[in-house]
Amino acid sequence: MKLDDLIYHTGQWLKGTGPYSNIVMSSRIRLARNLFSVPFPNKASKKDLLHVLATVQEAKDKIDYFKDATLFQMSELDSIDRQFLIERHLMSHEHSSNPEGKALIVSQEEILSVMINEEDHLRIQVMHSGLNLHETWKIIDMIDDKLSGILQYAFLNTWGYLTACPTNTGTAMRGSVMLHLPALVMTKQINKVLTAIAKLSFASRGFYGEGTQARGNFYQISNQVSLGHSEEDIIQNINGLIRQVIEQEEQARQALILQNKPMLEDKIFRSLGVIKNAHIISSQETIELLSMVRLGMDLGLVKNIDRCTINELLILIQPAHLQKIEGKKLSATARDIRRASLMREKLGGV
Amino acid sequence: MTCDLCGKKKATVHLTEIVDDQLLEMHLCEECAREKSVQMEQQFGLSDLLAGLADFGKQVKDYEKVKSVCPSCQLTYEDFKKMGRLGCSECYTAFQDQLGGLLKRIHGSNRHHGKTPGIVSAQALPKTDSLVALKQQLQQAVEQEQFEQAAELRDRIRELENKKKEEKS
Repeated sequence: MKLDDLIYHTGQWLKGTGPYSNIVMSSRIRLARNLFSVPFPNKASKKDLLHVLATVQEAKDKIDYFKDATLFQMSELDSIDRQFLIERHLMSHEHSSNPEGKALIVSQEEILSVMINEEDHLRIQVMHSGLNLHETWKIIDMIDDKLSGILQYAFLNTWGYLTACPTNTGTAMRGSVMLHLPALVMTKQINKVLTAIAKLSFASRGFYGEGTQARGNFYQISNQVSLGHSEEDIIQNINGLIRQVIEQEEQARQALILQNKPMLEDKIFRSLGVIKNAHIISSQETIELLSMVRLGMDLGLVKNIDRCTINELLILIQPAHLQKIEGKKLSATARDIRRASLMREKLGGV
Repeated sequence: MTCDLCGKKKATVHLTEIVDDQLLEMHLCEECAREKSVQMEQQFGLSDLLAGLADFGKQVKDYEKVKSVCPSCQLTYEDFKKMGRLGCSECYTAFQDQLGGLLKRIHGSNRHHGKTPGIVSAQALPKTDSLVALKQQLQQAVEQEQFEQAAELRDRIRELENKKKEEKS
């Protein structure tokens, strides 16, 4: 697989299927792992980093699940390519800086990705569409077992998997769920919900994870605590919390329809009108409008557009994607023009 | 100037932030600014508080200086407090007294209850001369019925105890 093959590929997590997919965009689990007796990446020499890279690559070649997966060396990719991978949620911003000795493994369906030499030697990630943490755990647990049959991990019986940052120690697992919560935002209940989530030791973040703001009413909720509970217990806790948030969002959607359906319809169809007809549009505005169209579709008001198309567009309208589609570097204004024409192409505007 | 978010009220708060390496300027009314500030507070994660927590540990107990350098990667506990990142797996042994408290403050527990990796041997455990830590590991190995590992730990404990006896005599 070449990097450019991914441009028009739809990752499994964007399919818009699975339980509660009207509210839950995707479920993701990541595990942090380090190799025994090699310094963590922040203290590792170039030789250490290359040793980790070679060791992991060797392990990858021995595991069947990785047969169709591709390894990209960060140092061989330019900044647009690296940004492209971030926009696809396959790797973090941190993985893009200081590319020397870093690599990324991506599976064919973009379900699995492994960052090599990010903050930890290995950051294994599995993503699925809908609320599907149990299935996601099954896959990542299997991959982790296979890897740990070959690689010797840094591990203590007392403290579990040892990671560069003690906030990840223990299971070194982060489970997160991406939710679309427009009705909680519109009814101004979102801050109450986010505060409650924080009090329960869960984190809420924006569309692009740590340090990003919520855009287009998309929120990622994940566990903070990784030590003292088993992986299954952590997943169960996240699921319990997410179900409550889903219920709140569903109630808020019903309340919006009951209280002022014409106003809601007006907002949704104006958004659709703008998005199908704009000739210059920023990514921020596009995401806000797509969020409204997605709500309209989930409420059965907007027909002839499917969830997968909207999910896909949320990624395609990002700066690096537009530049990959166009095959050249584009200025911010040129991107706003290209973004608008892409929306018209995809949504059948004039 | 009207608010960039609601487009209705007068913008009185001017905010600059960096998103995807791009400078974004926002002009907001008071109400929208308040909402945005709550969102921003949410992004202030646990790792940001780490340095503060690590400091707190220091106040509780003053440790011998000799113990605060990792023999393997040379990271000092002071370095860790500044960066919030440990240098290698042996740091966990070198700073085990401080980290035990820190982990408990972060996670509410300092005992792992999750899965164990495929290859676990006493060699996979960072080398430690602490009899307390080794005995704790031995107890857990027995509880988890990892007898091969327990036997290796038992031998290391015996070896250390004999060495200590010899030193005393």
